[in-house]
Amino acid sequence: MKQRILLLGDEAFALGAINAGLSGAYAYPGTPSTEILEFVQQNPVAKERNIHSHWSSNEKTAVEEALGMSFCGKRAIAAMKHVGLNVAADPFVNSAMTGANGGLIVVAADDPSMHSSQNEQDSRFYGAFAMLPVLEPADQQEAYDMAAYGFELSEKSGLPVLLRLVTRLSHSRAVVEIDTEARPECEIHYPQKKKQWVLMPVNSKRRYPELIETYGNLAEVSAESPFNRLIDGPDKSIGIIASGIAYNYVMEAFGGKCPYPVLKIAQYPLPDRLIAALAAECSSIMVVEEGQPVIEQHLRGLHTPAKAIIGKLSGNLPRTGELNVDSVRAAFGIESQAGDSVPELVVPRPPALCQGCGHRDVYHALNNALSNYPSPKVFGDIGCYTLGYLAPFSAIDTVVDMGASITMAKGAADAGQHPSVAIIGDSTFTHSGMTGLLDAINEDSPITVIISDNLTTGMTGGQDSQGTGKLREICLGLGADPDHVHTIDSLPKNVGQMEELFRREIDHKGLSVIISVRECIQTARRHVKTK
Amino acid sequence: MKKDIILAGVGGQGILTIANVLGIAALDQGLYLKQAEVHGMSQRGGDVQSNLRISSEPIHSDLIAKGSADMIISMEPMEALRYLPFLSPDGRIISNSVPFVNIDNYPAEEAVAARFEKFGARALLINADEIARTCGSPRSANIVLLGAASPYLEIDTEIIKQALIAHFAPKGDKIVDANLEAYRAGANCSLLAD
Repeated sequence: MKQRILLLGDEAFALGAINAGLSGAYAYPGTPSTEILEFVQQNPVAKERNIHSHWSSNEKTAVEEALGMSFCGKRAIAAMKHVGLNVAADPFVNSAMTGANGGLIVVAADDPSMHSSQNEQDSRFYGAFAMLPVLEPADQQEAYDMAAYGFELSEKSGLPVLLRLVTRLSHSRAVVEIDTEARPECEIHYPQKKKQWVLMPVNSKRRYPELIETYGNLAEVSAESPFNRLIDGPDKSIGIIASGIAYNYVMEAFGGKCPYPVLKIAQYPLPDRLIAALAAECSSIMVVEEGQPVIEQHLRGLHTPAKAIIGKLSGNLPRTGELNVDSVRAAFGIESQAGDSVPELVVPRPPALCQGCGHRDVYHALNNALSNYPSPKVFGDIGCYTLGYLAPFSAIDTVVDMGASITMAKGAADAGQHPSVAIIGDSTFTHSGMTGLLDAINEDSPITVIISDNLTTGMTGGQDSQGTGKLREICLGLGADPDHVHTIDSLPKNVGQMEELFRREIDHKGLSVIISVRECIQTARRHVKTK
Repeated sequence: MKKDIILAGVGGQGILTIANVLGIAALDQGLYLKQAEVHGMSQRGGDVQSNLRISSEPIHSDLIAKGSADMIISMEPMEALRYLPFLSPDGRIISNSVPFVNIDNYPAEEAVAARFEKFGARALLINADEIARTCGSPRSANIVLLGAASPYLEIDTEIIKQALIAHFAPKGDKIVDANLEAYRAGANCSLLAD
């Protein structure tokens, strides 16, 4: 039976996975991927079957947990935002060497235009790097269909599959035709090739040529894929290669009737045979792809290509930001309709910390405490409190990646910086801050670490935080001096007390941790409502 | 039938509720729909928008092209103006007239209102906050605007009402009734304006 419902791209994939016999979903929240695990958590079939859907501490633990489930022959997914794949890169790349047993799909949701991210890295590179197949759905329906297809591809090829989403698919809703019944889960069964799961050199040396061969054969699997297809067009002056969501912009640009032949790509490694067929009949190639010029670079190689290749590297499509109908039209020389310009009086409205947010009081107290020092430096981290960079606080000097506040503060202190302050949220701390704190504890580095604990993963909408109620014990367990681990409620009435505490610990010639606690105002409101 | 709609506002004002209700209605009427929204950092008091596309034919792009939106529905007047480049030459603006001032350099209220004059009858500014309060549901300004937009949507108004009921049903009959009232009051504004 089929049914038509409205789903976000994230949700469509999640439901597709459940209906394809998913046994475990693993993830760390990150925009625009968060709704995948959230969907599994509230799905009735997933509840009834007790499908795993607890948040993981970070993306690396998520991929490893999913790989463990795959080892046991069951179907698993691990979902994250694009930069999360950096954190998970170690298990991800090595999972090509172990291979998959039960179907394993790793989802990376890229964020071109950096709506809520620090960079525009394109996860498709990771697929080629690890030598794993990549699926890149063009729409919500493909996101749904590719779950079942991806599990089968994974089991047939014996490899994990990377599914690449982008913001405009993850966070766009459309009508999706779904199955009304979920396929049963797989029974536990162990890998037949046992040796490749122990990546000692003796085994890896044998496995690697096999992986190279398998990956080489996947180009033909891509050519046969139902998601890759060559659509003919009468005008052979341009042959278009359009991948993922970019295919929609091409279709929209021509009102659904494209005069040029189009090769729609949604599965990698690239289907060389189809590309050759397109190139043979067209006098130039236009590559339209969301993100970095992965396909375009692949086509260009080192030598001057025999045919003109038009795309991002040639300057015909914008190198930064997400594509849209207008930028694609411009590349084809089609004029866009001009609307009115934005009146000058319209000013930017940047995001800000909520009124009633504890991070505000922490920054207020911190700025006061630091005002007497000639050159204080504050190393920030990833979360709502990153907004402390903006006015009125202007309180942060660096933000790089999850957990970097503590380690950069330590490096700065090693260089002689004082005061050297790290500010990190509770969820980011348990994601990637604990190991860095251990480094600082072992050297008693003269840094002040503020864990601004709002009891949740706030920026992504309030998911459970793995260290809630355990932060002090974690710090003490890592070996922090109990005399320099403090907990304080970050309430407006405590700003003076916080300021004094910050100053005292900044002047301490060793490591201190101050855990400032106040529930996120957004989750607090929700808790009041559900009561 | 094709309606490309830009929903605009400030994070937390409830534009996604409008999108959800119209989504349910479009699905009920057997229409195609794509609706792109923004999550994450900008939801914290920043400007937010959603591209809502409804059509009797399959829709390709999740995003609306410049100069082609049939309507801007905005919870806030300055936010409506931010998306003028997307409005088609005969498109409509339906906007709340009440400014949401959470920035120091918010422009003069009268100057913002004056920018709507050139659109004549194609722009409808209503005090949706006050109308919502009168209906006994201060948080339903978004539904007032949905009501005001309803005569131009080419979706059966009964289907939209059913969608409203479906959306608010989990919150109880009182909330459902208040929102139906807000919807009717909004629709009346447009009928009076015509």
